[in-house]
Amino acid sequence: MIRGDKDLIAYGDRSHFVTSVRIPHGGRPSPDAFGLVFHVASPLQDSVGVITPSSLHYVATTRGSFLPDIDPREHRLMIHGMVDRPLTFTMEDLKRLPSVTRLHFIECAGNRSTPKAKNVQESHGMTSNAEWTGVLLSTLLKECGVKGGASWFVAEGAEEVKGASSMPLAKAMDDVIVAYGMNGEPVRPQNGFPLRLMVPGFEGIFSTKYVRRIKLVDRYYMNYNDYGHLRQDEKETVLGYQWGPKSVITRPSAGQQLPGKGFYEITGLAWSGGGAIKRVEVSTDDGKHWMDAEFKGTPQRMAHARFGCPWNWDGKETVLLSRCTDELGQVQPTRAQVAKFFNVPLGEVPGLDNTIQPWHVASDGSVTNGHTT
Amino acid sequence: MATPHRFLACVLFGGLLLGASVLAQSSSKYGVGTAPTAEEIRAWDISIGPDGAELPPGRGTAKEGAQLFTSKGCVACHGANGTGGRAPELKSKDGPSVETWKRGRILPVRAPFATTVWDYINRGMPLGREGSLKPDEVYALTAFLLSLNEVIPEDFVLDQQSLPKVKMPIGDDYASLPDWKPRTRRMKGYPY
Repeated sequence: MIRGDKDLIAYGDRSHFVTSVRIPHGGRPSPDAFGLVFHVASPLQDSVGVITPSSLHYVATTRGSFLPDIDPREHRLMIHGMVDRPLTFTMEDLKRLPSVTRLHFIECAGNRSTPKAKNVQESHGMTSNAEWTGVLLSTLLKECGVKGGASWFVAEGAEEVKGASSMPLAKAMDDVIVAYGMNGEPVRPQNGFPLRLMVPGFEGIFSTKYVRRIKLVDRYYMNYNDYGHLRQDEKETVLGYQWGPKSVITRPSAGQQLPGKGFYEITGLAWSGGGAIKRVEVSTDDGKHWMDAEFKGTPQRMAHARFGCPWNWDGKETVLLSRCTDELGQVQPTRAQVAKFFNVPLGEVPGLDNTIQPWHVASDGSVTNGHTT
Repeated sequence: MATPHRFLACVLFGGLLLGASVLAQSSSKYGVGTAPTAEEIRAWDISIGPDGAELPPGRGTAKEGAQLFTSKGCVACHGANGTGGRAPELKSKDGPSVETWKRGRILPVRAPFATTVWDYINRGMPLGREGSLKPDEVYALTAFLLSLNEVIPEDFVLDQQSLPKVKMPIGDDYASLPDWKPRTRRMKGYPY
């Protein structure tokens, strides 16, 4: 039995039997010896439903950072540049304005599965899905009045490097949220407290944490984060911006063990930067046959959707796959399909990785990563 | 000297412009938020665009930058002369005769604009003391890195006017950014 104590009453805790945790991603420690945080992956293998608990939401920082400790009473968002009326908003100002609450995924550009990944946390853990609450950026921009000729905006955070990204104004006017809420409480410090830009479907770095300034401009600014997106090849640029349709089976997945033949529900997550997921198919025989999976709830635009599919395992070696189709008709490819399309080796497919993840099931029930390149 | 007629014409024309801009202006719906002062905007307006409009007054040369590169501790991470450290390389091993994209990911070589280099140093360096460099120091360090890679001559003075005009080796040999539109596929003809 667990005795009630003051802290547990004030802010509850999960059972000590539940041990699922985030892990440093990509071989660099977080925190490092100096307390800097870099990339931290979410334990998707243990996920159920579509919400990533805030405590398990993935974290990425530009280059290894101390988290800024911002007093929300001091925090300001300034909007200026090509607007009729530059305006500064306090957190209280923002909470007076009409709000939206939406589910959205965020995913780091580094979320790329390799044969080295021992489980779905290592192969896909740099994405998470939360309920975001805030004011639409378009509401604030209309309040400022957008001047003719404005075509891009620069968003900047309040952390030490004040990481800045240029984004198309069309995105701002479509669905970007200036978010103060995450999963029913204030955005966590690791995710940008007190204010974060939520840029649905775009590579995670655009969802500017600690956002304090938005400047409307008439061209791409080529600042700090923009330099990281500089490529020679057009297709690398186009496919490195908005996420394509992507899905992964989270159970059974690599590192897990099937106790024996018989019934299992195969379950996983599907999402796309292009909108809502329309269809998920699962194959239990390495792609020879596909069957439609069932959605658990209604898929939302640019959000993780949970799917499930019944499976009777006959105890024989096989490969499990999932593939999804989004509302634009974009279909999740295999890595071989992308390589063939661009006529490049398997290891050199361009853009963000949205390819199909194979999970190999051995006859002893052990599940491993099926990627060989 | 403006004649009275000209003066009157200016006033009338100015009045017309003012009137037109007032008419063209949108209106605030909620009346929430406050107008920042010009000083408040200037203090935060640190994203330097390619035309350099946001650059503060100041100047610097490669020679001054070389001294700062040591005195500000840059060498500790980037190595003497910007090479051989654990932080990103800042000097290309290859000369300007080699194609820019083959010279490695080196900021003062690959950046499409000198303003990108200035902006990067100003907001991002030195590690742990970001934002501590004065404008003259950022001009000087930018000049040092550009001169180190033979982008500008050693005696070149970088300031508000000259910096945006520096021709970077990459020219326009880089991919343009997607003309993004809501509810469209990532790439025409790409099924995935």
